[in-house]
Amino acid sequence: MAAPVKKPDAVRSFPKPEFTDAEAGALDFPSANSRSYNYFQPAKMRATTYEDVTFDVQPDPARHLTQGWIYGFADGEGGYPQDWTALKSSDWHRFRDPNQEWEQTIYRNNANVVRQIQQNLANAKLAKAYQNWAPGWVRFVERNLGAWMHAENGIGLHVFVACQRSAPTNMINNAIAVNSAHKMRFAQDLALYNLDLSEADIGFDGSVHRSVWHEDPAWQGVRENAERLTAIGDWAEALFATNVVYETLVGGLFRSHLVMQISARNGDYVTPSLVGTGENDFSRDLAYTRSLLSLLVRDSEHGAANVELLQTWLSEWLPVSLHAAQELQPIWSHPAERVVPFADSFAAAKDDLRSVLADLGVPEPKELSA
Amino acid sequence: MSRQSLSKAHKKITELSWEPTFATPATRFGTDYTFEKAPKKDPLKQILRSYFPMEEEKDNRVFGAMDGAIRGNMFRQVQQRWMEWQKLFLSIIPFPEISAARAMPMAIDAVPNPEIHNGLAVQMIDEVRHSTIQMNLKRLYMNHYIDPAGFDMSEKAFANNYAGTIGRQFGEGFITGDAITAANIYLTVVAETAFTNTLFVAMPSEAAANGDYLLPTVFHSVQSDESRHISNGYSILLMALADESNRQLLERDLRYAWWNNHCVVDAAIGTFIEYGTKDRRKDRDSYAEMWRRWIYDDYYRSYLIPLEKYGLKIPHDLVEEAWNRIVNKGYVHEVAQFFATGWPVNYWRIDPMTDQDFEWFESKYPGWYNKYGVWWENYNRLRYPGRNKPIAFEDVDYQYPHRCWTCMVPCLIRPDMVTEKVDGQWRTYCSETCAWTDIKAFRPEYEGRPTPNMGRLTGHREWETLHHNQDLADVISSLGYVRDDGKTLVPQPHLDLDDPKKLWTLDDVRGITFQSPNVLLNEMSDAEREAAVAAYKAGGPGGRPAAVA
Ligand SMILES: [Fe+2]
Ligand SMILES: [Fe+2]
Ligand SMILES: [Zn+2]
Repeated sequence: MAAPVKKPDAVRSFPKPEFTDAEAGALDFPSANSRSYNYFQPAKMRATTYEDVTFDVQPDPARHLTQGWIYGFADGEGGYPQDWTALKSSDWHRFRDPNQEWEQTIYRNNANVVRQIQQNLANAKLAKAYQNWAPGWVRFVERNLGAWMHAENGIGLHVFVACQRSAPTNMINNAIAVNSAHKMRFAQDLALYNLDLSEADIGFDGSVHRSVWHEDPAWQGVRENAERLTAIGDWAEALFATNVVYETLVGGLFRSHLVMQISARNGDYVTPSLVGTGENDFSRDLAYTRSLLSLLVRDSEHGAANVELLQTWLSEWLPVSLHAAQELQPIWSHPAERVVPFADSFAAAKDDLRSVLADLGVPEPKELSA
Repeated sequence: MSRQSLSKAHKKITELSWEPTFATPATRFGTDYTFEKAPKKDPLKQILRSYFPMEEEKDNRVFGAMDGAIRGNMFRQVQQRWMEWQKLFLSIIPFPEISAARAMPMAIDAVPNPEIHNGLAVQMIDEVRHSTIQMNLKRLYMNHYIDPAGFDMSEKAFANNYAGTIGRQFGEGFITGDAITAANIYLTVVAETAFTNTLFVAMPSEAAANGDYLLPTVFHSVQSDESRHISNGYSILLMALADESNRQLLERDLRYAWWNNHCVVDAAIGTFIEYGTKDRRKDRDSYAEMWRRWIYDDYYRSYLIPLEKYGLKIPHDLVEEAWNRIVNKGYVHEVAQFFATGWPVNYWRIDPMTDQDFEWFESKYPGWYNKYGVWWENYNRLRYPGRNKPIAFEDVDYQYPHRCWTCMVPCLIRPDMVTEKVDGQWRTYCSETCAWTDIKAFRPEYEGRPTPNMGRLTGHREWETLHHNQDLADVISSLGYVRDDGKTLVPQPHLDLDDPKKLWTLDDVRGITFQSPNVLLNEMSDAEREAAVAAYKAGGPGGRPAAVA
């Protein structure tokens, strides 16, 4: 190796660092210790990182935005109009995401989930875990879990990605954005699982999911429900109809009260680990939805009207999701090991909805007790 | 993942979409563009299974660097001149980032082809990342930099300040109006593809030269997501070009978006890089030199011009005129001088320029001293309170400018100002193109063609109007730009924190009346107004009023 040769000084040019002593505490002067964001009221004594990095990033003419929105739609309305939902609040900014999601939590949580899933799938492959599946269970997974991934993806993309443009605060919109990330990630996890299974030499048909989703009568109610959710214009109605009504009666019914209950008895320990992550996502997503709606139904000014509106929405969406759930009934008899009767699963799902409604002070409709 | 399994995985996730038959997704956002002939495009897809760990890894590097900077006492070496401008920059930029997230469903609504939807949805998550990681960087600055005032009121100041409003276009422009105009042409084809290079590459290198290596760490990490976004935008642009009827709209939107981005981004970033730095090596690139490389060569020549063969009408004239404004008409210098003139209503401090700065400017922009030198000497002379008012209210041969109704940067290149009565009001514009943007482009009809989805320019666009005829001390109090002793101003026209007597307080600015040039212009008779406009246009450079004939 040749001895290093120093380049002539003229060629090397770089900035010279300088000692400036510009660090906190170097001098005392007015505001020298003003070291917290002082333009919003934290929920507790001290603002959390989540609040600091989220609050007021989406400005509001009702708060500090003195010049107003400077671009409008063709009708002149700009920014984030409050009337994009019919629900009303005396202060939309009171909402905080109970999951405190921001950059770091989003990537940490989701990266942990995908690592866990990939580990499980790698282990399953190594242990040839799918070889013991009974043909009936293979059919069950290829058809039903295969159909289900469509619903997750469609709702992620066309309900949640869509709605995160629409709510009046950054806190709400970011929570909805994280919800959509969950849905899309889960849908893709199921799709890639489907790919793994079709390569596992167990006679798994990786393409049948399309026709099941499109044509199998058992699934048409779910597809109809999912498609209709994407067509809702009012973002809060979409949130309510999806996370409160559909997710408990149909999502929870399928994931929690069917797949999670019966997989192990059918010799499958992989599927529940995957579907469990979707359930875990949903409990986070239901948590923010509940706290948002709780604030609105307890609003000093608009609470009563909001409860009434939720009832109206419920009367529209309950039949759709009840119908979807009931149509699904035949798939309870697909697997060889029938561990739970449909009636039990359905009752449990209805209980889940009841508890959310009770929490929101929304009277239980008679269809639910039927 | 191997290449083969990656392409299988991509294929698999495209199986997730379907043609709905019971109901179709709500269309919340309209566009006048059509995508009937759009060819199938396969932009870069992202599999979330690899995306999340990849981004987490990037984050870990960022957070590691942050810990390191604190442990290594980085703030003993940062230049206050530089950090002060970060109070403005970091108050603005998280909003454009989050707006980019909010823009994604608009693009999804407008482009029916599902091949593009996956990439747009992942971009949404990226943009939430960018917004919150930048807010977190600012929080670190607030906690560790010598003067937290201005960082501590960041998002409020962004929302009530003239400079924040200028920056806000670069954000609101992504989310309002025609969905393709906003979420594709303005956001991706122009802002992300052209101007993130100056924002996220040129600026961080200047930060490093000023002792701040955290800004580069965070912003390079942000920029590394950008190629996927550019690819999304490019796919949509090619799809739009397939329909002949879109071409007129594309030409309109490219002219508007290019010019507005130039007005806004070059004003801000140009000022930060030229006037916020202490690095005066003659061989370090000026903003003009960076612009020539990043925008003119890499964007205009390598990205835009090749699109001509697909039928895209490129605004060659506006690219050349932007360059002309930067290199010959002193755009950045005029803007920096204006920011410094308006220091009492800022929420950051502005360091005076020294002989060393003068020398650098003269070598990079020959003739600089004759235009701006004496004014900056006056700025320096008037920097302390007691014997004089803030420079804007002293006689230093500077006429406070009219504001451009469209881009909201003042009409600083005075001969170029356009004055028109629009919607019943006399409005001033910095340039022909800004006048065209308001008068012709943002209207329900364009060149005889109905454009029912096109947006509108709204709001109280001249900031000064809100404070017309108020006492300057009251203006500053109502904005909240006062330190925690209840009287010392957040903004100062110097960096000296060592002596309280050097710091301006509300008492030093009381008794000065703040006025809006636009209100005054509209109060004039026709003859007075014509004379005033003619005199204004004869003024400059450096804000000099025209010599009285
Ligand atoms: Fe971004
Ligand atoms: Fe981006
Ligand atoms: Zn302008």
